[in-house]
Amino acid sequence: MEKIEIKNFNLWYTDFHALKNINMKVKEKQITAMIGPSGCGKSTLLRALNRINDTIEGVRTEGEINIGGKNIYADGIDVDSLRRNVGMVFQRPNPFPISVYNNVAFGLQVNRIESKKSVIDQTVRESLEAVLLWDDIKDKLKKSALELSLEQQQRLCIARVIAVKPQVILLDEPCSTLDPVANQRIEELMMQLKEKYTIVIVTHNMHQAARISDETAFMLLGDLIEFDKTDKIFTNPSQKQTDDYVSGRFG
Amino acid sequence: MRRIIDFTIEKIIFLCGILSIVFVVLIFGFLLKEGFAFFKDYNIVNFVSGKFWYPTSDPAQFGILSLIVGSLFVTVGATIIAVPLGVMSALYISEIAPKGVRDVLKSFVELMAAIPSVVIGFVGMVTLVPLVRTLFDLPTGLTAFSGSIMLAFMAMPTIVSISEDAIRSVPWSYKEGALALGATRWQMIRRIVLKAAMPGIIAAVMLGIGRVIGETMAVMMITGNAAHIPNTIFEPVRTMTATIAAEMGETVKGGLHYRALFAIGLVLFIITFIVNFIADLLLGKSKK
Repeated sequence: MEKIEIKNFNLWYTDFHALKNINMKVKEKQITAMIGPSGCGKSTLLRALNRINDTIEGVRTEGEINIGGKNIYADGIDVDSLRRNVGMVFQRPNPFPISVYNNVAFGLQVNRIESKKSVIDQTVRESLEAVLLWDDIKDKLKKSALELSLEQQQRLCIARVIAVKPQVILLDEPCSTLDPVANQRIEELMMQLKEKYTIVIVTHNMHQAARISDETAFMLLGDLIEFDKTDKIFTNPSQKQTDDYVSGRFG
Repeated sequence: MRRIIDFTIEKIIFLCGILSIVFVVLIFGFLLKEGFAFFKDYNIVNFVSGKFWYPTSDPAQFGILSLIVGSLFVTVGATIIAVPLGVMSALYISEIAPKGVRDVLKSFVELMAAIPSVVIGFVGMVTLVPLVRTLFDLPTGLTAFSGSIMLAFMAMPTIVSISEDAIRSVPWSYKEGALALGATRWQMIRRIVLKAAMPGIIAAVMLGIGRVIGETMAVMMITGNAAHIPNTIFEPVRTMTATIAAEMGETVKGGLHYRALFAIGLVLFIITFIVNFIADLLLGKSKK
C-alpha cells in the first residue's frame, strides 16, 4: 500500500532550484531512507512532507504530494492538522523548555485531541513506554526536559510525536548528535515503530540506511537518482552515480 | 619611554573602568551619611509609617507613608498599563511584523525612549489632564491615574526593547518543534515562545518599573502633588521623587528637613536597587 505519493514535485528557495521534478512512492508501515551528499535536497524533500518548509521565507513549490490520497499542497489544506498527521523528529533534540510531562502532552493540548487529565496521563505514559523511556523517567515527569541526556531528549521528542497518533513519522538525521550506543538503541526503536507507522528517515550514515530501511532513495543535487529496495541500492544499483556514492567513491 | 606610555594609558583606562563603581559607592555613602544623620534626630519608624508630611510646621512632621503610597499608586498603575502593551508590542515586532515594519517600529520605540521626561510631562499636562478631568467628571485631572498613563509611556521603550530581545533569542528549533506538532502560530507563541522568554520578559518589566519609580519631572507636573494617602487612583498624589525635587531648594543645608529629603533618597535608592537586582538575576538566568 502506498502512503505517500510524490508527483512531479519541484521546490525553489527564492531562485535556487532545490528539488527537481521528484517522483516517488513511499509504502505504508515500512522505513524509507533518503541518502545523498550534503546539499542534495534530502532534508528539503523530507521537510516538504509536513510543509514545515513553509516557515522559510522565499520557498515556492510546484507539483503534488499525496498523503493518504490527499494532495497536501492543494488549496484549503489545513496545515496544522497535516502536521499532526505527519510528525517530525529533528536533527538536534529539541524538547521544549517545560516539564517532561508537558512536552508529551503538548500535542494533545494544542490539537484539542483530549482535555481529560486521566486520558492525557494515560497517553503520556503509553507514549513514553513506546520509546522505552518510561521506566527511566517516570519519577522525573515534572522536571524540565532539558535536564535529560541527549539520547533521552531525542526519545522524548519521538514520544511527543507518537502521542498525537500520526500516520507518518519523519526523522531528519535523528542520530547525528548521539553516541554509537544511543544511536543503536534509537535504531532498534525505529524498527519497532515501523509496525505501526510509516517512517521516512534522512540520514548521512549509509550504514544506518542499510541496516534499518526497506527502501532507499539516493539524491544528488536536487535530483532523485535512484529509488529501490535497500538491498538493491547497496549491492546492485542500476545507476553509476549511486554505485559511486554507496561504495564510497565520493560524498 | 614606550613602556611608560603603555603603563600610563593602561592606568587611565583602568580608572575610567572603575569610575562608575566609584560614583555609585560615593552616592550611596553620601545618602547613608545624610540619611543616618536624620534618623539620629527623628525616629525611623515614625518616618516610614507616619501619615503626615509637614516639614515646615512646628513641630515638623516627616511621615513619608503618603509619599510611599503615592509612588506605589503611580508605579503600579503605570505597570498595569505598560506591561501588556509593551509585551504585546514586543511580540508583534519579533514574531509577526514583516521585516520593513519591524525596522520602522524598532526605531520609533528607541525614539520614544529619547523623549525628555519634561516634554512628556508638559504634553500630558495640556492634553491628558483636562481629558481625564472631563471624562471622569473629577474636580481635577491632576491624579495618580494621569501620572500612571504618562509614566507607562516612559516605561514602554525599556519593556519593549528588552522583551523583544528575549523573545527573539528563543531558539528557532523550539518554534519549529511546536509547529511540527500541529500547533497554530498563536499556540506556539503562547505556550512555547512566551514561556521560554519569560525570565527575560520579567527582567524587562522590572527595569521598566525601576525607570518609573525614579521618574520625577513628569510625575511632578501631572500628579497634583498632594501629600495625603489617596483612596482611589483618581485623586492627586505626591511621590517621593517629586517631594525631593520640589523641596530641596527651600531647605537649609544640613537642617532636619534637608536631611529628611536625603533619607527619602535613601529609601528610593534601596527600592530601585532591589528592583534592578531582581532584574539582573532574571536576565542572567535567561541567558543560560
